[in-house]
Amino acid sequence: MKKRRMGSLVVPEVLAVVLFLLFLFPFFIVLVNSAKTPFEITQSPLSLPTDWMKILLNMYTIWTSVNVQYSSSFLSSIIITVSSLVLLNVLSSQAAWVLVRNKSRLSTGIFIIFVAAMVIPFQIVMFPLLTWFREIATLTGMRLLRSYAGIILAYIGFGMSQSIFLFHGFTKSIPLELEEAATIDGCRPAQTFYRIIFPLLRPIHATVLVLNGIWIWNDYLLPLLILGKGNNVMTIPLAVSNFAGAYVKQWDLILTAILMAMIPIVILFLFAQKFIIKGMIAGSIK
Amino acid sequence: MRKAKHPAIFWLFLAPVLFAFVIVIVVPFILGAYYSFTNWSATDRLGETLKLVGLANYAGILKDPSFTYSFIITVVYTLLNMIAINIVSFALAMLVTQKLVGRNVYRAGFFIPNLIGGLILGYVWQFIFDNAVPSLGTFLGFASWENPANLLLAKSNTALLAMVVVGTWQYAGYIMVIYVAAIEMIPQELVEAAQIDGASTFRRLRSITLPMIRQALTVTLFITLVNSFKQFDVNVSLTAGGPSAMFLGQPIYGTQLLAMNIYNQGLKSDDMAGGQARAVVFFLVLVLVSIIEVSINKKREIEL
Repeated sequence: MKKRRMGSLVVPEVLAVVLFLLFLFPFFIVLVNSAKTPFEITQSPLSLPTDWMKILLNMYTIWTSVNVQYSSSFLSSIIITVSSLVLLNVLSSQAAWVLVRNKSRLSTGIFIIFVAAMVIPFQIVMFPLLTWFREIATLTGMRLLRSYAGIILAYIGFGMSQSIFLFHGFTKSIPLELEEAATIDGCRPAQTFYRIIFPLLRPIHATVLVLNGIWIWNDYLLPLLILGKGNNVMTIPLAVSNFAGAYVKQWDLILTAILMAMIPIVILFLFAQKFIIKGMIAGSIK
Repeated sequence: MRKAKHPAIFWLFLAPVLFAFVIVIVVPFILGAYYSFTNWSATDRLGETLKLVGLANYAGILKDPSFTYSFIITVVYTLLNMIAINIVSFALAMLVTQKLVGRNVYRAGFFIPNLIGGLILGYVWQFIFDNAVPSLGTFLGFASWENPANLLLAKSNTALLAMVVVGTWQYAGYIMVIYVAAIEMIPQELVEAAQIDGASTFRRLRSITLPMIRQALTVTLFITLVNSFKQFDVNVSLTAGGPSAMFLGQPIYGTQLLAMNIYNQGLKSDDMAGGQARAVVFFLVLVLVSIIEVSINKKREIEL
């Protein structure tokens, strides 16, 4: 009986392996062609490269190329993603906490407005945002276009609704007694939040980090508008599109640049796989 | 003694997000609605040349075949994408919830495309469609695959299908994990009882699995619908809106989805007011879809 059940799973197992390989085929294509010369690519894009060492040479070319600006874009992407994530997690969780703990019409109203804002697509605010950011600069001297400050502010604005929503749901489930005990012990409200509540929010912090991290790291349209192509501050998607669009297709280098953009994410995923998948599921069910 | 209704900490903790919200969402949203009724342009400074033009921008949309065309192909793309993604991801979920040896590896593999941005994926697939597929044709002996005119990205209809292929590949793993979570919530006793009663695999699928994952289905349908409708990144990198096609006797971009149409109208054609009016229409359609989705959901919950 047991043997027969095992046997019946051979077909699905083989099917799964075939589909798995099919799904990873594009990654294989990127990898093998990153190690070729332009001539080899046009000759045989499907074959294995003759010299795998070429991949390092191509990577070196991309990393140091003045046209691609890969290394500085990589750094900018990290600065933008990390700062936005830290601020989004801190600011949204504290906002969610005061909204949960102060029950009033006003706090319910603010929460509802935040949640409703989740349906607003970027398209409807993107053009006015450009004008508005430029005019803020004219009026106050605070530069928001082509600057870290502007793009990080934009990510907080567009990411906060969902983040507050997720923190709000989780904070509600934390018993109030914990906070009352802290207050009796002499904690001030801000201390109560940062010492007692903030650490308890860890699972939902993870979800918010994953959801916003994947979005911000890969985002193209918002950086395209706020930073623009070919300026001092560029993100990796901007650098890749700038490079892939501006030249007669140098596929060997384009695919190498793509490979280099994929490697950090894939490594991160392999380490934090369960974490990431859980976060994505939690974020979808809203 | 009554405490103040909103202590200082309430405003202190809310201030930063309220600031970001007002600057990034509220003001641009209101400005945008207003601008769509004006002659707003990129060269306007501090509203010096701004004039109200009534509904002229909206009337302009109706006269513009490129918007109508984009609207139609966006709806087609969205429907095809929704169907393809949900079928593929449900099938994958059924597969990886069996007791397979490598099921965790398969799940990870199917999921990975979702972590890479649409822009980058589009370039990868452009290379596959334009270079790898013809080469595969040579290898398999299909000479017609090598003809540049037969490339998937060379005609607008097939290029749209190519976008569906990429969209499915990109989202299937993500939607799959939502189905997997739902399938794993099904009580095992239910499945075993059905097995003992002699229910076939198909019967179990129809009478147990599908009804039990209905709630997940509304979530996945909504996510795939909204994401497909807003598609921009893959559009830019895979087809850049091309190749050109004819519509109502006018040459237009053959695969320009709505999001790209709005972007191009505002920045490439230098018609910010027209682009903004298109964005307002785009927004209203999304709101309508969301309202329909929520009301269907509510109805279902009552039925359950």
